[in-house]
Amino acid sequence: MSATPEAGTGEAAPEQITTPPRRGRPELTAARNRLGLYLIAPTIVVLLVVIGYPVVRAVIMSFQNDAGLDPQTGLFVSGGFAGFKNYTHWLLQRCGEVKCPPGTLGSQFWPAVSATIFFTVASVVIEVVLGMWMALVMSRAFKGRGLLRASVLVPWSIPTAVTAKLWFFIFAFAGIANSLLHTKILWTGSQWPARFAVVVADVWKTTPFIALLILAGLQIIPEEVYEAAKVDGATKWQRFTRITLPLVRPALLVAVLFRTLDVLRIFDLPYILTGGSNGTTTLSILVVNQIRQGFNSAAALSTITFVFIFLVAFVFVKVLGANVVKTQQSQQKGAR
Amino acid sequence: MIRGTRLLSVAAALAVGTLLMAGCGGGGSSSGGGSNQGTTARGPITYVQGKDNTNTIRPLLDKWNAAHPDEKATFKEQSEAADQQHDDLVQHFQAKDPNYDVASVDVIWTAEFAAKGWLQPLKDSFTLDTSKLLPATVKTATYNNTLYAAPVTSDGGMLYYRKDLVPTPPKTWDEMMSMCSIAKKHNMDCYAGQFFKYEGLTVNAAEAINTAGGKIVGDDGKTPEVNTAEAAKGLGRLADAYKSGNIPRQGITYKEEESRHAFESGKLLFLRNWPYVYSLATTDGDSKVKGKFAVAPLPGETGPGASSLGGHNAAMSAFSAHKATAFDFLKFLESEDTQRTLVTQASNASALTALYDDPELVKKYPYLPVLKTSILNAVPRPVTPFYPAVTKAVEDNAYAAIKGDKPVTEALNDMQNAIKAAAS
Repeated sequence: MSATPEAGTGEAAPEQITTPPRRGRPELTAARNRLGLYLIAPTIVVLLVVIGYPVVRAVIMSFQNDAGLDPQTGLFVSGGFAGFKNYTHWLLQRCGEVKCPPGTLGSQFWPAVSATIFFTVASVVIEVVLGMWMALVMSRAFKGRGLLRASVLVPWSIPTAVTAKLWFFIFAFAGIANSLLHTKILWTGSQWPARFAVVVADVWKTTPFIALLILAGLQIIPEEVYEAAKVDGATKWQRFTRITLPLVRPALLVAVLFRTLDVLRIFDLPYILTGGSNGTTTLSILVVNQIRQGFNSAAALSTITFVFIFLVAFVFVKVLGANVVKTQQSQQKGAR
Repeated sequence: MIRGTRLLSVAAALAVGTLLMAGCGGGGSSSGGGSNQGTTARGPITYVQGKDNTNTIRPLLDKWNAAHPDEKATFKEQSEAADQQHDDLVQHFQAKDPNYDVASVDVIWTAEFAAKGWLQPLKDSFTLDTSKLLPATVKTATYNNTLYAAPVTSDGGMLYYRKDLVPTPPKTWDEMMSMCSIAKKHNMDCYAGQFFKYEGLTVNAAEAINTAGGKIVGDDGKTPEVNTAEAAKGLGRLADAYKSGNIPRQGITYKEEESRHAFESGKLLFLRNWPYVYSLATTDGDSKVKGKFAVAPLPGETGPGASSLGGHNAAMSAFSAHKATAFDFLKFLESEDTQRTLVTQASNASALTALYDDPELVKKYPYLPVLKTSILNAVPRPVTPFYPAVTKAVEDNAYAAIKGDKPVTEALNDMQNAIKAAAS
């Protein structure tokens, strides 16, 4: 049997880098397929039970009414089929016959969407800029680089609830933020200071994560490319924009995708830092608050959030080309 | 590469199975639940309560177990956070767990659980004698004219004041505001309660509204009656005080602990808080107000002000397997010995009227007479099964009114509409 050409030797012709041609008897291949199927079947079952069932159940629940009060007995009775009523409650602000008045959870839907989008854009932009800068610093060779790389992870490793409480004390009226800045700002008392506080806490916590993902992408860029550019007389800025950015783009896009999806779902940080007051209520906080008032409406809201986040991820993957599966090499080859 | 169709067909079969499981899952909350089962059954029971910080419950249960060797009570201790206690009870009651026999239910959850059919009504063979209990506490345990739980502990708001600076406490709100010049002279803030956007704000706003003669909901517990002139007078007092600085700006970040710290560090002249502050302010190492403060009933119109009622009721689960024992346990919790232990060991406010006049207890806890006045004049927060939605309506709008984001009349109108929407 002639050897199948292996991928990896840089001079191989393009057609032979993809999967090796099938050899061997068909029955062996079929047997190998069946074995593979049996081996991953348990995982698929677990995934279906843990992920598939709750999602399907939530969608079914979102079409049921929440329990209503039977005026005779004063007891709750099942609400029955609701059609799209739960969805119009959130999306169109219908509370029964009227528009949802302030003080109901329904009225907080669109403010929560705008707060979530604001946190996402602000946090991710700041984290990417700072993370890129940190990654560039960490990719140089200098004494103590290992220590820097390890210590930069400390904010990321502290549990979010602890971080939120930490920043809660920092941003308290009598806390350190006001002392150091010689101000008397009510950080948790009005909209923009509260949002600022949440963004600062989130950036502090997750910039290391982005920095390390970008650092991994930076390591792959060969030194020779930079040297060649230096010889050709490229300035620092040109080296950054023409070499670093395009080559680190795959890793950067993956990092941005992860962070964006994370911030769109954020719950613990604003909940503990500000309690969701003053314009910091996100969609997840709204879902949790709604659960105490009616499961089925919460299921509808959670489905809406799920669809929203799915659309964002879809845009990232199809339009911006973030690909978490292909290897770095094939992505970089595509970037040329 | 795995054959796509085979994998797809397996996945499809599993998905269909999942959908079938979902169909069998049953609906949301269903009504009723075996309330007539086992009304005479006796046997071991479980008592469920939040964290016992003072180690009072276990010795009490030991006493019960010694007297009832065949009907031993086990203690299931929940977390300290009220929200988690609520969610834990909801999970077990929804699953119709027969192992939760007696549960300690916060006064604001009693109507909700009763309406969901999770609590055993205390009537017929389970009639409880409520004559010795403070009337306001009985009101919190009553839903739809039926008693559903036994009041065990109570709580009322009191006015803490610096007796070295203000020898006689103010009897009305206007009098208190006129004393704010004393606070300014000593570089202190004048008055604070709990004004952060959480349950404590509903407590404070309800006190302000009820003291001025307004109500949040009518007597049926459901119909909102909050956009009245009296309610506007009450809520307006808080909004005006915030605007004029009599309530400090940071007051809207205060929960119980923050306000207690402000008072203990000598920065606050008048504080509205629960009784637990009394012993802490007297014994805390860094308390600057030891021996310099006293308590008084909340300022009112012609008499004491209307405090909001706190506390816990003990409720029997409708799904309990040993109801007769559970009922006896309820009576044990309300007995004078147990209530006395709760006052002396756990610094709780008793639900029994007589204990507030007991000379021995009053000597040890000088605030007891004030607390009794507070609870006798207390108005419970709305006793409604839609309490989470009602409290959100009150919190959000009272917060906006106090901060000055909305005029008070608009806030009360929105509160009215939001409470109406909550019951729909």
